[in-house]
Amino acid sequence: MSPRLWKVGVAPHVRDNATVAGIMWTVFAVLLPQLFLSAYVFGPRVLALAGVGVGTSMLAEAAMQRLLGKPVSLSDGSAALTGLLLVYVLPPGVSLVLPFWGAIFAICIGKQLFGGLGFNFFNPALIARAFLAVGFPVAMTTTWIMPELPAFLAGPDAVASATPLALLKHSGLAAYLAQYGGPHGLWASFLGFKPGSVGETSPLLLGLGGLYLLWRRIISWHIPVAMIASTALLAWVFGPEGLFTGQPLVHVLSGGLILGAFFMATDYVTSPSQPLAKLVFGAGCGALTMLIRLKGGYPEGVCYAILLMNCVSPVLEDWVRPRRFAPPLKKD
Amino acid sequence: MRASGLATFTLGGVHPPGRKESASGLAIEPMPPVSRYLVSLVQHCGAPAAPLVKKGDAVTEGQRIGSVDKGLGAHVHSPVSGKVAGLARTLHPVLGPVPAVAIERDPEAGPAIWTPRDWEHLPPAEILAAIREAGVVGMGGAGFPTHVKLSPPPELTVDTLILNGAECESYLAADHRLMLERAPGVVQGARVLLAVLGVPRCRIGVENNKKDAVEALRQAVSDAGEGARISVEPLVVKYPQGSEKQLIEALTGRRVPAGGLPAHVGCVVQNVGTAFAAYEAVALGRPCFERVLTVAGQGVARPANLLCKVGVCLSDIAEHLGGITEEAVKCVLGGPMMGFAVPGLEATVGKTTSGVLFLDAWESPDADFGPCIRCGRCLEACPMGLAPNEMSIYAERRKYEGTQRFGLWECFECGSCAFVCPAKRPLVQFIRASKARLRCGCKL
Repeated sequence: MSPRLWKVGVAPHVRDNATVAGIMWTVFAVLLPQLFLSAYVFGPRVLALAGVGVGTSMLAEAAMQRLLGKPVSLSDGSAALTGLLLVYVLPPGVSLVLPFWGAIFAICIGKQLFGGLGFNFFNPALIARAFLAVGFPVAMTTTWIMPELPAFLAGPDAVASATPLALLKHSGLAAYLAQYGGPHGLWASFLGFKPGSVGETSPLLLGLGGLYLLWRRIISWHIPVAMIASTALLAWVFGPEGLFTGQPLVHVLSGGLILGAFFMATDYVTSPSQPLAKLVFGAGCGALTMLIRLKGGYPEGVCYAILLMNCVSPVLEDWVRPRRFAPPLKKD
Repeated sequence: MRASGLATFTLGGVHPPGRKESASGLAIEPMPPVSRYLVSLVQHCGAPAAPLVKKGDAVTEGQRIGSVDKGLGAHVHSPVSGKVAGLARTLHPVLGPVPAVAIERDPEAGPAIWTPRDWEHLPPAEILAAIREAGVVGMGGAGFPTHVKLSPPPELTVDTLILNGAECESYLAADHRLMLERAPGVVQGARVLLAVLGVPRCRIGVENNKKDAVEALRQAVSDAGEGARISVEPLVVKYPQGSEKQLIEALTGRRVPAGGLPAHVGCVVQNVGTAFAAYEAVALGRPCFERVLTVAGQGVARPANLLCKVGVCLSDIAEHLGGITEEAVKCVLGGPMMGFAVPGLEATVGKTTSGVLFLDAWESPDADFGPCIRCGRCLEACPMGLAPNEMSIYAERRKYEGTQRFGLWECFECGSCAFVCPAKRPLVQFIRASKARLRCGCKL
């Protein structure tokens, strides 16, 4: 028997198969059907946006890690995912400059300057969206694309290329119903044939992706359920024609709620980890979303709602600690 | 799995790959004698035993060669008849080199003869003395001297003896085979321990992947007419079911307080192997110098459950089983979740060696670790309700004091957190390092 160098190391000597890269790339893959639908609905330019967003994110990550003397970790998929999520919250008609600057802001300032993966306070894609909303306010609020509806969804003639929520906010319920009302409108909204950000239009595809992440136990149900439920509840209670007259389905299927609930608010780093804290976090996201949608200056509030709850996340994490096995021994 | 109606612990727990198929079907076989035994004087927690022999002394099988008279510890006995080749050192997986007695076996020596004892009529103190005399320690891995564990503080009332047959570690089948093939001895061991403790009830917990062992033990209990006192209870297969606190909770619903003893909730826990050793010590008069251990892993030519004497060198075991493969990269004493990787095969078998695993790179992969992504999987896995992620972040920044508010001292290093961590963070290492630094006043 030849002498050999045995590896020594601290137990456990066996490891589970799950990896950070596996988790990140799974989420990435689960998001792609929505991108392909958007490419069909809004045109192939959204693929170019995604390419710029993902590519710039990865380049920015590599450059920052080099600059900061850290190992370059592009293969973990976290930068690519941030780039994709950033594009998902941009209007489909924006210039390619926006995903470029947005990705640089998301990675360099939103993520790496806070310490990189695991240490950022804010969801990098959303903080970059907030940055772009300030830097490119016109592009970020007007470059919507009105999709051509397939025959089976064709309803009233499309007149305005505003998002359903913008129409609801600025033109009122009647204008909204004229364009998006009725079963046709709800179906179009559910399937993904409506103006909106690149990656938020199809609650169907996003919801299926979210269910897959739940099934794989990559995310837990607490944040999405609490966020969607609190949004629906508040939408119903504070309806346009008085208390308890609202249409929860309109608010749940519109805007970025489903994308935010399953893919943004559930970001591990910027959300709490304990079930009770997750429920509070999710409910807070939903409540702030509805506060902004109903009372704020913007038609849509998911982005800022999640960013605001990101600030609270460390407090929630500290507030709800895991329940210990048993209390300390009483000395008597 | 809870739907099965089987008992288990509440918080956390993981399901490492079992990998027990290679050894669980193999009958216990004796390890053939070797020419030289290197018997460690540290086979228990506590102080090293003081050697009672010197170079050139003749020793007989079962003769006491090391003694602990004060403080925590257990006597050490010669595994064979022969001559003391000298006082030497052997490799302890945690402590490094420790004192040992090297014994050349005398191939001419006849088999040792033991004097059985009619223990049933002995007072508990004398049974306890026999266990102490025989050097019995916890065979599950911790090596806590059994006579100490059987003497709980007098102000605490113990009502339940628990025998630990969970064997929740991957690969290992030694306890499984012992319970299956030596069930009457295990049950007699339970009777011995009940007599010492003077408690009315013994519960044997066995993970339900060992149904044949459950049946064998139940048969032995009924053959012994002990159905009223001793019960055999199958448990959910979940790691770390065999941890003392988790097993107590699974069987009785009681939770040992942090910093407390099992006796604080009326329990004493002993491994099934320890019970068997106590039976041999008390009823047969045979000291503890032999145990069943599982040799497994893809790195060994032939897996086996060996009845092996202490002091046998790992390289002798490897040779006996047809050698180790080129691909073997790690040799672990114990199970893969809590066992210790040894740096060389000159390490020797001790009373606590439940397994010798030769693992290849696929079974025991190396991975660089990354930053914590706060996924919370370790929080779900921790059976003690601690926050390994937070502790690791503090330890990584060398802020060891900060780890304590997340339960550092309650961690028993089961490895569930590190097992599930997708960033492959060595969480147990961070926790162990924090404990070491804090014990040294952070001066290291």
